[in-house]
Amino acid sequence: MCLAIPGRILETYDHNGLRMAKVQFGGVTRESCVEYVPSAQVGDYVLVHVGFALSVVDQAEAERTFKLLEEMGQLAELSAPEEPDR
Amino acid sequence: MKFLDEYRDARLARGLVEELRRTVTRPWVVMEVCGGQTHSIVRHGLDRLIPSHVELVHGPGCPVCVTSLETIDKAHAIASRDDVIFCSFGDMLRVPGSRGDLLTLKGRGADVRVVYAPFDCLRIARDNPARQVVFFGIGFETTAPANALVVQRAKLEGVTNFSMLVSHVLVPPAISAILESPENRVQAFLGPGHVCAVMGYTEYEPIAARYRVPIVVTGFEPVDLLQGILMAVRQLEAGRHEAENQYGRVLSREGNAPAQELIHAVFEVCDRKWRGVGTIPASGYRLRKEYRDHDAELRFEVAEIATSESPVCISGPILRGAKRPTDCPAFGTECTPQRPLGATMVSAEGACAAYYASGRHLVLPA
Amino acid sequence: MSSTPFGDCPLPILDHKQILLGHGSGGTLTSQLIESVFLPAFGNPVLDRLDDQAVVELPGGRVAFTTDSFVVTPLFFPGGDIGHLAVNGTVNDLAMSGARPLYLSAGFILEEGLAIDDLRRIALSMRDAARAAGVQIVTGDTKVVGKGSGDQVFINTSGIGLVPPGVLVSADRAQPGDAVLLSGTVGDHGMAIMASRESLGLGGTIASDTAPLHELVACMLDACRDLHVLRDPTRGGVAATLHEIAGRSGVGIEIDEGAVPVRDDVRGACEILGFDPLYVANEGKLVAFVPAAGADVVLAALRAHPLGRDAVRLGRVTDEHPRHVVLRTAVGGSRILERPYGELLPRIC
Repeated sequence: MCLAIPGRILETYDHNGLRMAKVQFGGVTRESCVEYVPSAQVGDYVLVHVGFALSVVDQAEAERTFKLLEEMGQLAELSAPEEPDR
Repeated sequence: MKFLDEYRDARLARGLVEELRRTVTRPWVVMEVCGGQTHSIVRHGLDRLIPSHVELVHGPGCPVCVTSLETIDKAHAIASRDDVIFCSFGDMLRVPGSRGDLLTLKGRGADVRVVYAPFDCLRIARDNPARQVVFFGIGFETTAPANALVVQRAKLEGVTNFSMLVSHVLVPPAISAILESPENRVQAFLGPGHVCAVMGYTEYEPIAARYRVPIVVTGFEPVDLLQGILMAVRQLEAGRHEAENQYGRVLSREGNAPAQELIHAVFEVCDRKWRGVGTIPASGYRLRKEYRDHDAELRFEVAEIATSESPVCISGPILRGAKRPTDCPAFGTECTPQRPLGATMVSAEGACAAYYASGRHLVLPA
Repeated sequence: MSSTPFGDCPLPILDHKQILLGHGSGGTLTSQLIESVFLPAFGNPVLDRLDDQAVVELPGGRVAFTTDSFVVTPLFFPGGDIGHLAVNGTVNDLAMSGARPLYLSAGFILEEGLAIDDLRRIALSMRDAARAAGVQIVTGDTKVVGKGSGDQVFINTSGIGLVPPGVLVSADRAQPGDAVLLSGTVGDHGMAIMASRESLGLGGTIASDTAPLHELVACMLDACRDLHVLRDPTRGGVAATLHEIAGRSGVGIEIDEGAVPVRDDVRGACEILGFDPLYVANEGKLVAFVPAAGADVVLAALRAHPLGRDAVRLGRVTDEHPRHVVLRTAVGGSRILERPYGELLPRIC
């Protein structure tokens, strides 16, 4: 459950006392409530579920994990036989 | 799309599968809790990519599937009223109650509207002051803050013609219920990534310790799921049983404190009936007393409706991971997404529906 | 059309802004509607005669004949409107047999209360689409239903065209070894419609891909006369089309998920709402089943044409798993691509 996807904050504004943002997902934008991720700034990526931002994506953490995954990926390429070209 | 595409990379997936192959030495049973994770696993064919020693079973994490028949019938009764604009997430529209589903009701002229964000209901309510606007507030803890916000704002801004039919369900009691069952085979869990983005995973630490099961909070993309499975298997092979976080880029142990405060300001824990499973104590949310003015169940007198499930349906055991959709004699024959007999076929995230959508009911000639 | 006096009233009000029931009753109002809206838009020697039927000359050979009805909400959306769809849709149905489209009919069922300016706009769009496709609208009909009985406008178009000799394109002709080609990005139309329903709040302008494909098909036939199957994946998307062909031809189909081209804006919208682009409608794309030997030249011909510049090789036809479509997923797994069921609904799960 819980279809939530990361999007980039393009701008923030106030709506009746609530902090809202225009968030970009691929080539579309959608308004999301960012009141509950107070540290989120323009340019940050936030995880959005039903128009509500749940958390800010930790880019440093993402990069750290990524390096580990990359290493595993390279190891697999070295040890496994070549996949036939499609 | 950034932070999405990278986690669908074939090379990274292969790396994880290889590492899993090197790590696993004996059979293990791992359950992914979330319907969205089930959907992703089946959609990408992940369960057929991993070594056969690791058996994936599907959990009860589909709030659409587990919404009780009584609640759906109440929704139907409210939506049938001429003075009501009934708003709902798209998933709920095809779930059949005793009298058919909301989509059919819409076809017969009822004002049933799909919304993407519950917040949009306030605008609909303001635009239609003479009508009652009701929102079908289902979901796990992930959706609770968004639903709580709408009710809170409705009260604050005096939107008196808005109310919510609440049917929230909570994950930790469901996991405990599965582990308590004598027929339980699950040895480790992939925890619900987006639920934990809100709630954190402190609630899962005592469960992991008490039942001695690893719980790895995992994301939804193929690379996330494979990494979560690897982390769970590493724990199992090493005899560890901790709550661990695979989805670190999106969640922390404590979760989102302001969002949790919002939930607790508007909702309180209550018992909840899960379709196919039965009543699980303290497994749901309902509106707190201060917000009962916006409680659709109180605003609209809806009589208790007697309901009954198909005797053929084995949703219960499927939701507990004790059986698979393919174990059911009705799967793909009597029971299809077009004519669902029970909870796990009614929504795209239910295990049976996910299997069906990926053709698991078909036996391909060799 | 006969011209009966408008009731007993000596001074009927003829300058209306909205469609009335009277506009469909065959009297003065109907004539006025035809003369002020349809003739200026579609006018051609055949239609201008306003006979109850159109009489046209056709050279000998096989005639392709099709009909389709169009209902869409909203009527106007980025990239086009119901008028464009009504013309291009029928032109494309003809083109999928390899035919050169020639003549269309247009039947309208209008809901009482429809703004005549909207109808005029739709008629002009049909004129523009017909001109671009080189077809003439030669006959038509108008009826009006009471308010609440229709979705503003229903348009039915039927069309005839000529199939060149030696061209045999049909759903049952796919054979093991054939290449499956896709002419461009998927999901544009369906997501454009979704996005323009303001209740979902999606910003940006995803545009419908509505377009006439007959010239593209002509280029493909020039490259390879022996095209086996052509289909435009409308409702139900590419998934529905592949399923249909697998069934009709009794063959298996394998496709690569990674090969499917999707625009960024369509992709974003699909991710937010939880849709699979393979199940979303298209109105300006085609799927082609081509003998293996001709695949490269046909692909080149597609890419040389503006409507096919994003064309890809999607997969192949196999004698394994007949009647089933198997998708190789982006991460190297596989699944059966099932037939779509019902309307696409946004999900939260």
